[in-house]
Amino acid sequence: MQETGGLKPLGAERFWLFLLLLPTLVGLLFGAFGSVLATLVISLTRWDLVTPPVWNGIQNYVAAFRSPAFLKALQNTVIFSGLYVPGTIIASLGVALLLNRKLRGISLFRTAFFLPSVTSAVAVSLIFSWLYAKDNGLLNVLLASVGLEPVNWLGTKTVMFAVVIANIWGAVGEGMIVFLAGLQTVPRDYYEAAAVDGAGSWTRFVHITLPLISPSIFFQVLIATINAFQAFEYIYMLTRMGNGESRIPVVVFSIYRNGFFWWNMGGASAQAVILAAIIVILMGVYLWAERRWVVYE
Amino acid sequence: MNRSTVRRRLLDSVIYLVLTVLAVIMVTPFAWMVATSFKTPADQYTRSLIPDPITLQNYQQLGQKIPFARQMWNSFRIAVLVTIGQVLTCAMGAFAFAVVRFKGRNLLFILLLITFMIPSHVTLIPNFYIFKLLHLIGTSVPLWLPAFWGGAFGTFLLRQYFLTIPCDLAESARMDGASLFRIFWSIYLPLARPALAALAVFTFMGSWNDLLHPLIYLPTDLQRTTIQVGLSLFQSQYSGKWTIMMAGTVASVMPMILIFFVAQKQFIEGIALTGVKR
Repeated sequence: MQETGGLKPLGAERFWLFLLLLPTLVGLLFGAFGSVLATLVISLTRWDLVTPPVWNGIQNYVAAFRSPAFLKALQNTVIFSGLYVPGTIIASLGVALLLNRKLRGISLFRTAFFLPSVTSAVAVSLIFSWLYAKDNGLLNVLLASVGLEPVNWLGTKTVMFAVVIANIWGAVGEGMIVFLAGLQTVPRDYYEAAAVDGAGSWTRFVHITLPLISPSIFFQVLIATINAFQAFEYIYMLTRMGNGESRIPVVVFSIYRNGFFWWNMGGASAQAVILAAIIVILMGVYLWAERRWVVYE
Repeated sequence: MNRSTVRRRLLDSVIYLVLTVLAVIMVTPFAWMVATSFKTPADQYTRSLIPDPITLQNYQQLGQKIPFARQMWNSFRIAVLVTIGQVLTCAMGAFAFAVVRFKGRNLLFILLLITFMIPSHVTLIPNFYIFKLLHLIGTSVPLWLPAFWGGAFGTFLLRQYFLTIPCDLAESARMDGASLFRIFWSIYLPLARPALAALAVFTFMGSWNDLLHPLIYLPTDLQRTTIQVGLSLFQSQYSGKWTIMMAGTVASVMPMILIFFVAQKQFIEGIALTGVKR
C-alpha cells in the first residue's frame, strides 16, 4: 500500500475531497460499523420491532446455544462449508488447469463453465429441483434407462450432497477465472528449466505451479469460506417445505426465520453476531496460515 | 513426427475429451431448460432435447397467469438504480484513495476493507428498522438507496485500476489549473472505462439475481415484486408444471445471458482484477 504519493488537495479542493469521500464515509458510519454496533445492542434485548425493546442481557446467546434448532443450523452450515469449500476449490482449479493451454475453441469451453455464474440462484435451484425430482427427474430417468431404482435425491440421506453439488456447479465459473488469471502469471521458462532438469509434470505442478498461484488459492479459499457460511438462496430454494421450514436449515435461514417470520429481532441479531464471530475467527486463522504458506513474489 | 509431438497430440486429445464431458455436464441443464420451455405440458417428461411439437404456449401463459413483464420491469428499474449508485460512489471513493493524498488515507482504506468481512446479514436488522422508521418498507427504496453509499468491493476494484493510471497525468492537468473534481471527471473516469464496465456488470447482476432483500422489503404483491421473488412464488404455485416454470426461468435468465455475451471481456477482467492483484 502506498504511504505517500498522490496529489495534495489545495485550499478549496479540500471541499472536493470531502464530497468525493462522503458516500464512503456515510456507508462506513451507518451502513457498516453503525449497523454492526446496532446489531450488537439489539442482540442484548427482546424486541419485536413494534413494542419497545426490553433489556435481556446475554439471554439471547444462551437461548441460541440451548436451542436444538439453532445448533442444528450451525451443524448444517459447518458440514455444508466443509464439503463446499474444498469441492469448489478443487473443481475450479482443475478446470482452470485444463483450460490453461493453447487449444482451439478454448473460449467456447470457458463460456460453458461460466454460464451458471450469471444465472440467478432461483433459476439454478429451479433447474436442479427438476433434475433431482423423484418422479421423472432427469437423474432418475437416466438411472431408469440403465435399469436402476430411482433415488429420492432431495430426501434425508442425499440432500446435503445434492445441495452442495448444485452450489459447486454454480460457483465453478468464477473460481476458474481467478485461477486462470493466476496461472497466466506463472513464467513459461520456469517450466522449461524444470523440464530440462528432468522434472515430471506432477513434480512441476507441486513445486512450481502450486506455490506460484498460492495467492489466488488463498484468495479463493477466503471467498469460498465467506460465501459458504453465508449460503442461503440455493439451499432455501432446494430444501424448503410447504410449511416454510427447510430440510437443511442453515444459520442464515435461522436468522431470516427468527427475524422476519417470528419477529424475534433479539434472537436473530444474536445469531447474526455468532455467525459474524465465526467468520472473523476463521479469517484470523486464514491470515495466520497465509503468512506461513502463501508465496508472494 | 517424433515421440514428444505424439505425446503432446495424445495429451491434447485427452484434455479435449475431459473438457467436452465437463462442458456437457455444465450445459445440459440449460439446454434441457430451454427445450422444455418449448414443449407442450403433455410432453414435459419426454427425454428428447428437441421438442416435438414446438409450442409457444408456455410463454403466452406466462404473461396471462402472472404479471411477468411487470416483474421484469421492477427488477430492471431497481438494478439500474443500484448500478448507477455503485459505479458513481465507488468511483468517487476509489479516486480519493488512489490519487489524492490526505491524512488517515490508509486507516480509512483498511476500515473499508474490514467491512468486506461483515456478513450482510448482520446489518440486515438495523437497516430494516431504519427503513421502517422512514416508512419505506414496501417500497423499492431500501433496495437501491444503500447502493449510493459506496462499498468495499467496488471501491477496491476501481482503486486497483486507478492505481495503474500514471500519476503524471493528474499532475500536469493540475499545472493547467484543473480542479480535483475535473481531474476525476474528465481524466480518470474516461480512462477507467473497462473497470467501470466490469463493476457495472457485476452490480447489475447482483441486484437482478438477489432474492433475500426483495423478499424482506417488498410487499408480497405480484405487481410490485421482482422477477426472482415472482419466480420463487411461482415454484410453489405451479409445482410440477415444469414447462411453464422453465419458460419463466428462461425469461428471467435471458437478460443476464445477453449481458454476459456482450460484456464477456469485462466479466473476466473484472474477476481477474479483484482476484490476483493486491
